[in-house]
Amino acid sequence: MSLVSESDLGQQSDFGSAASDASPSDYVALLKPRVMSLSIFTAFAGMLMAPHPVHPMIGAIALLAIAVGAGASGALNMWYDSDIDRLMARTANRPIPAGRMARGEALAFGLVLSAFAVLTLGLAANWLAGGLLAFTIFYYVVVYTMWLKRSTPQNIVIGGAAGALPPMVGYAAAAGSLDLSSLLLFTLIFVWTPPHFWSLALVKAGDYGRAGVPMAPNVWGPDATRLQILLYSLLLAPIGALPWILGYAGPVYGAIACLGGLGMILGGWAVFSRREGDLARKTAMRNFGFSILYLFTLFAVLVVERLTTIWLGA
Amino acid sequence: MPTQILYKPLTPEQEKRRRQRNIAIALSVAALVAIFYAITLVRLGSNVFLRPD
Repeated sequence: MSLVSESDLGQQSDFGSAASDASPSDYVALLKPRVMSLSIFTAFAGMLMAPHPVHPMIGAIALLAIAVGAGASGALNMWYDSDIDRLMARTANRPIPAGRMARGEALAFGLVLSAFAVLTLGLAANWLAGGLLAFTIFYYVVVYTMWLKRSTPQNIVIGGAAGALPPMVGYAAAAGSLDLSSLLLFTLIFVWTPPHFWSLALVKAGDYGRAGVPMAPNVWGPDATRLQILLYSLLLAPIGALPWILGYAGPVYGAIACLGGLGMILGGWAVFSRREGDLARKTAMRNFGFSILYLFTLFAVLVVERLTTIWLGA
Repeated sequence: MPTQILYKPLTPEQEKRRRQRNIAIALSVAALVAIFYAITLVRLGSNVFLRPD
């Protein structure tokens, strides 16, 4: 009796084998490092909003746990979405669709990292932060990836809450509670997500269409999506300035939030009014790029302002 | 009757990647130990030196 028949040897099971072709860099790719870096950055800002500074070592470990939790969400997302990832040019070279890794390897990796991230954050900081991180992972994987993404064009609106939660997790890790300032940062990212993502979706509509993902441009049409981008940009501008208006941020933040908000509105208007040809594509991509710069700058200013206050107060 | 093969040898490239994965796991475990050691020290602070009577 043979333990392994010859015909089995050429195949990789769903849970991989010793003959896995995955290298450590493939596991790093599963973590979606760019998304992870944004989570770390916004969580750090949330942490600094806390009324009392957290111990640097606990803060660093909490940030690491949040980063690993965000990465685990990415791995679980790639596990579930591997069937549609292979259909889109943007995602076809990810480890699973490219054939370097079995789906089960990504699932196991994501689940183990999720558990370690939540437990480490709970033990190092507090269980409110650990619970919020667990909820964030659940929301991104189950609510967004498994449910919303393939069923409604509102997927990235509702699902955007997962990307907006890291500042609240960071705040909870430092303060052990939640307050209005952390909710403001959540709202800022939540309202920023639709114009940011739909600007990209306008350009990548073909990709999403092939994969059967009901993104707004495929379901509502490009023009209705352009209108939504403009409306969300109009909403985003004042929300971006709220931390300054309510006294959680300084005048530099206020000035940049007002200028950046104006930039988002003008960008939204440009996307709304330029509807045809290459110019429309370039305008949408420019708005996508500007939205990243806008959010990054706001959080960077917030971080610098808070660090300055902490150092001057020390 | 099919040929009986108990295992298929790894290619040099697969062996190299397995070794890389093993090293990555070892480093991760070592980092985890260091993290929990640091958490313990920070959490307990100077109480870490107290001994029960």
